[in-house]
Amino acid sequence: MAVHLRKYLRLNKLPHIWCPGCGHGIILNSLIRAIDEVGLDQEKTVVVSGIGCSSRATGYLNFNTLHTTHGRAMAFATGVKLGNPDLNVIVLSGDGDSAAIGGNHLIHAARRNIDITTVVFNNNIYGMTSGQYSPLTPKGAYGTTAPYGNVDQAFNLCDLMISSGASYVGRGATYHAKQLTTLITSALDHKGFSFVEGISQCPTYYGRRNNLKTAVDMLQWQKDVTIKKKAAEKLSPEEQQEKIMIGELHKVADRPEYVEEYEKVIEKVSKKEGTTG
Amino acid sequence: MSEKKPQLIQGNEACVKAAIAAGIKFFAGYPITPSSEIAEGLAEELPKVSGRFIQMEDEIASMGAIIGGSLAGAKSMTATSGPGFSLKQENLGFAAMAEVPCVVVNVQRGGPSTGAPTLPSQGDMMQAKWGTHGDHPAIALCPASVRETFDLTVRAINLSEKYRTPVVLLIDEVIGHMRENVVLPTQDELEIVERKKPAKDLDNYLPYKADDDMIPPMANYGEGYLFHVTGLSHDETGFPDLKNPDVIGGLTERLVNKVEDNKDDIVEYSTENLDDAEVVIVAYGSAARTAATAMDQAREKGIKTGLITLKTIWPFPEEILTDLLKDVKTVVVPEMNLGQIKGEIKNCINLSQNIVGVNRVDGELITPAEILEAIVKEES
Ligand SMILES: Cc1ncc(C[n+]2csc(CCOP(=O)(O)OP(=O)(O)O)c2C)c(N)n1
Ligand code: SF4
Repeated sequence: MAVHLRKYLRLNKLPHIWCPGCGHGIILNSLIRAIDEVGLDQEKTVVVSGIGCSSRATGYLNFNTLHTTHGRAMAFATGVKLGNPDLNVIVLSGDGDSAAIGGNHLIHAARRNIDITTVVFNNNIYGMTSGQYSPLTPKGAYGTTAPYGNVDQAFNLCDLMISSGASYVGRGATYHAKQLTTLITSALDHKGFSFVEGISQCPTYYGRRNNLKTAVDMLQWQKDVTIKKKAAEKLSPEEQQEKIMIGELHKVADRPEYVEEYEKVIEKVSKKEGTTG
Repeated sequence: MSEKKPQLIQGNEACVKAAIAAGIKFFAGYPITPSSEIAEGLAEELPKVSGRFIQMEDEIASMGAIIGGSLAGAKSMTATSGPGFSLKQENLGFAAMAEVPCVVVNVQRGGPSTGAPTLPSQGDMMQAKWGTHGDHPAIALCPASVRETFDLTVRAINLSEKYRTPVVLLIDEVIGHMRENVVLPTQDELEIVERKKPAKDLDNYLPYKADDDMIPPMANYGEGYLFHVTGLSHDETGFPDLKNPDVIGGLTERLVNKVEDNKDDIVEYSTENLDDAEVVIVAYGSAARTAATAMDQAREKGIKTGLITLKTIWPFPEEILTDLLKDVKTVVVPEMNLGQIKGEIKNCINLSQNIVGVNRVDGELITPAEILEAIVKEES
């Protein structure tokens, strides 16, 4: 790691608790590179997480950090942003944390288009609680609570975010770490609700049960299954089904941002008060 | 400041006025009867003072949001009722553990479950103490009039800032919706407490190192201190240390003791006619109003009756009540629940003393006649 990036880490909290081969560290690395690229003021940046392996990331980051309850990071983050809109707010969350227990908060934050950047560490499984299926576990895949293969249909989180109103949506993968950094950089640069799904590997609980025994197998799987958005558009719908689209999937510049809209209310009220009071 | 005039307002409106007067700058909530006027009032008032209001997607989110808002430096509150209060419990525990000042107003309604939405109840007294998991500090206040709703809202906000802990204001539907002619204090008559700040030593800040008063100074996010906040059991640095039983136990005990050991400062109550009383009614909220009438009627019948009105429910004023009740024959506890606080008062008397509850859980008010009947029955 480039030496100047060390200031973003709480070096005394390392080594991290993640298993050998876990993808979460790669996403963390992409995140601090992106933060550096954008030049966020460390003192004015708050990183909020929920509960899960992924959510332990806040402990390693040398910012104002907030490790909340399972699924609720987005709600706490919304309060931080409204409590002091000068703060940059970043949410880090797992696929279970954000899409199961926290699903409601996630879609509503997207709907409001509040200026928060969210990075979901998607390892397709509940890692911290040792391998139960998550809302992003593919149908048919195995988990400790899906011993005969998962019956549930998986979410396409990026599609969900686009339809909920997020104004920036991207998907990357730990295999494509450079691209992931670029996506998070664009998300941080974006005003409004920005969302990046980072496909991560959990060799310990997902890989082992799903015939991807090592981290290398899992990264190879990522390489095979991911496809750039442009290339995907040339495929038939059936062929697209087999692939996971990565890259910048959605970006709109003209959606009003929540905090700015509320500031207009404050302005309107103070003008009215001024003339009558 | 405008001159003091009587105004005809509801308890819920008094709560809104008090919140603004005490410096609340952020409210997050989800509508529920009979608390909604508080959200509606603050939606109107907060932008006037450059504060912010948000209607969240549910109560869990609202509780999380006010914790975030408070950490970012804004005095924060939410308001709800029964089922919503249940939803807030996990994050209420977080606020206690992470020592985040905030206020939760619960305008109680009948339960369990969706219960009796528009009807009065005092059914959440125990939930305010034991609703979240684990041992934790609890401060809960209970107003008995519209004016007291104003005073105790200010006090709840002050106590939360002073003790760095969530404070619950337990209003009942009668007080929340009742209109009374009140004269409110002017801004300069109010004492407003601000959170204790750390010395400007950015590199050596220990966010959870308590002073002698058991309360750690609190930095806000964005003030230059980079610190970690978690709901996990943590040491003075704010980071989890689950290998050290002393750290885990020490933290839990400090959190509880910073409230329990400061009862002198936190507990408020009032007394009437205790000097010669053989019967004492202990009541809170709207039941205390009824009790006052019953006390007068009992006195007219020649039964020496007194009244203790509790404004602070948690921490429970056990020592004070033990002392005040030591010479009385009978204690009467009217409650719009099946005896939640009566159980606590039982610990304050001895076996030779009687204790009787007057209880209703049917959405109806307790009448003076019912309390009087209980007194007469015990005394005959
Ligand atoms: C209210 C609540 N329910 C359940 C749990 C248990 N729990 C902790 S982490 C977790 C799942 C985490 O999975 P994910 O968000 O996918 O993150 P990962 O660990 O895979 O990175 C669960 C169910 C909890 N802590 N709190
Ligand atoms: S359990 Fe899985 S997600 Fe958690 S640290 Fe280990 S590899 Fe990573």
